[in-house]
Amino acid sequence: MDLIIEQASSFAADIDMVILLIAVLAGFWFFLAEAVLFYFIFKFRQRKGVKAQYITGTRKEEKKWLHWPHNLIIVCDLVIIFFAIKVWYDIKQDLPPAQEVVQVIGRQWSWQFVHPGLDKQLGTADDVATVDELRVKVGVTYHFKLESRDVLHSFSVPVFRLKQDAVPGRVFTGWFTPTKTGTYDIQCAEMCGMGHGLMQGRLVIEDEAAHDEWLRNKAT
Amino acid sequence: MTEQNFWQKYIFSTDHKIIGMQYMFTGMIMALIGGYFAYTFRMQLAFPGTEVFGFGTVSPHEYNSLVTNHGTIMIFWVAMPVLLATFGNFLIPLMIGCDDMVFPRLNRLSYQVFLLSAIVLVASFFVAGGGFGGAWTAYPPLSAQAKYNMTQYGATLWLIAVALEFVAFLLGGINFITTLMNSRAKGMKMYDIPIVLWMIVLASILFMASVGPLIAGAIMLLFDQTLGTGFFDPAQGGDPILWQHLFWFFGHPEVYVVLLPAMGIVAEIITVFSRKKLFAYKTVLYTAFATGVLSFFVWAHHQFIAGIDPRMANVFAVTTLLISIPIAEMLFVYIATLYGGSIRLTAAMLFALSFLAAFLIGGVTGIFLGASGADIYFHDTYFVVAHFHYTFFPIAILAVFAGLYYWFPKMFGRHMSETLGKIHFWGTFIPFNLIFLPLFFLGAAGQHRRIYSYELFSELNSADFQNLRVLATVALIVMLIFQLPFLYNFFASMLRGKVATANPWQANTLEWAAPSPPPHGNFATLPEVYRPPYEYSVPGRESDFWPQHEKPSGESKA
Repeated sequence: MDLIIEQASSFAADIDMVILLIAVLAGFWFFLAEAVLFYFIFKFRQRKGVKAQYITGTRKEEKKWLHWPHNLIIVCDLVIIFFAIKVWYDIKQDLPPAQEVVQVIGRQWSWQFVHPGLDKQLGTADDVATVDELRVKVGVTYHFKLESRDVLHSFSVPVFRLKQDAVPGRVFTGWFTPTKTGTYDIQCAEMCGMGHGLMQGRLVIEDEAAHDEWLRNKAT
Repeated sequence: MTEQNFWQKYIFSTDHKIIGMQYMFTGMIMALIGGYFAYTFRMQLAFPGTEVFGFGTVSPHEYNSLVTNHGTIMIFWVAMPVLLATFGNFLIPLMIGCDDMVFPRLNRLSYQVFLLSAIVLVASFFVAGGGFGGAWTAYPPLSAQAKYNMTQYGATLWLIAVALEFVAFLLGGINFITTLMNSRAKGMKMYDIPIVLWMIVLASILFMASVGPLIAGAIMLLFDQTLGTGFFDPAQGGDPILWQHLFWFFGHPEVYVVLLPAMGIVAEIITVFSRKKLFAYKTVLYTAFATGVLSFFVWAHHQFIAGIDPRMANVFAVTTLLISIPIAEMLFVYIATLYGGSIRLTAAMLFALSFLAAFLIGGVTGIFLGASGADIYFHDTYFVVAHFHYTFFPIAILAVFAGLYYWFPKMFGRHMSETLGKIHFWGTFIPFNLIFLPLFFLGAAGQHRRIYSYELFSELNSADFQNLRVLATVALIVMLIFQLPFLYNFFASMLRGKVATANPWQANTLEWAAPSPPPHGNFATLPEVYRPPYEYSVPGRESDFWPQHEKPSGESKA
């Protein structure tokens, strides 16, 4: 996955690991089933004088061809379930303590971000609000408070492998820790009306010095 | 019986075969509209902002409406009427050996309500503000308030059309279930019923059991839209996520409502054209039951990141992955059926086999989305789009074509051209893969759905990605062009095709005991059933098929 799209959060690699695991397990069954299917189609083409066999599929030695794959697929499913839920739990249920908090507000059709100022506290006079640009510090664990002002939106940062719908009337808390600097896309992933395709934001990950510099410039 | 005039015979008919064909032709017209919409928005994606031949430039507002109605039409006005209503109506009485549905007038009413729903939907494209564009899932508050969706009339008409469509299928569904249970030919026991009928009836049961909450939800949404109630409006104490539960509690069983009949059609065709008994008939039935029951417990996997309690996702990830087991087993049964067969690659068989090959891709890619951890990333990307097209396209297109090529001689008493059929097959199947395989890749690269142009997104605006979008669009156009041989074949064969005998494929099931095409009332004398439906290539018999209605002779073990 990281060949197609960069990993820029602490949990991006975990999600990619689950994807890889599924690709290997499901891919094995997929290629096996397709190979058998095509082999049968070629092997058992109609030939003169050869009658089809009469197989009911009810005898024990015939049914084992279903039972074995059946049981093995259950095992594969359990493995996938285990890792999927583990990653899910780490990302969505077990939030690490926040070093800083940002507010993310979706509305038709823009993102509004409220960053804590130099005091690192949200809700104080030096907060910095921006539109369509989120600036965060690399290596710092953030909680985000996600809200919507009108319809459903979805805060999606592909390089973080992060996505969460925003629902009017509710505040959802999630987290991320950026792991590399750079500038990336933020998308809205939930149909939100005419300007849904325009609801693009920028994520700027920078080191602490650059971030503080930006905050100071904003303050003056 | 007195002679019927044209109107009695074809328009206000109570004959199950005519009603089935009414559904089929309406579905075909709607498929053309849905295909036209797909062509238009794919052109916009491949060549953003340029004038689309046959449409003009696509505004973001129109784009949303095209995408929304493409999905709505293809599921509710193509897959449902063609798979359930066409094949259900045509096949059930014929394959159980009776003269008609038990409620023929209810059946006629079902089609009339369906036609009305289609007219209301098409009308919604032409009202002020244009057609509804809030996605086929119609999540409130966007769908509930005109100030958000800007399609005051379009949204309401869309909702009324969908609700009417549900009514039509409730009327049809009760007919299917009752007919199968009550009107079977003498001697046809539960395990003698052809799989396709089991599947259609199971699908009808699933539909009837799951649609109630959504009809209630649709009425609530209609009140929100028109009367200013606040069922889904948080400002008035409502809950927008409630709609998602009501929608997907229906919406996921709906996938199996269309999947099961497609599986049934494929079962009939692969047994006939490999001259084989279906491998483990009862296993197919039990896996279908298991799928049906499980399908009621997976709906929230559509809502992993919608803001539901995150603990709930764990439960639904487990049930979702479990449902892969009966489906995988069903596919294994079909593959096993081919073993030791004598396979004839007719057009119908090619479509049926391609269903298996393509649906496998749809199945395994579903695992990525059912696994909650991976879904955080894939949710609402083109990976999802490609995934469900790899399920719905085999279901609603490949299986339907398989069924049409197979039962055409019974429907119209003539054969379709096999050569044109094979051209049509390759011209459909190859481009289909070229449309959706690139979309898996784009989805994995983070491209989200329902965005009318990716020029604003720096990560997605690369030349390589744009080439993939162009590839998908060109493949779509090629595929649409290859439907012309089908349309020609279909209508020309209806008039001039080679005349078909009663049982041209040498099949076992009862519909082939009736003349081709069957007259009103179907059978001269109602058939009796002596054996299960898939007794092909039975050892010790001269011929390799053994029709269900053939009287056992002295030497055979009855």
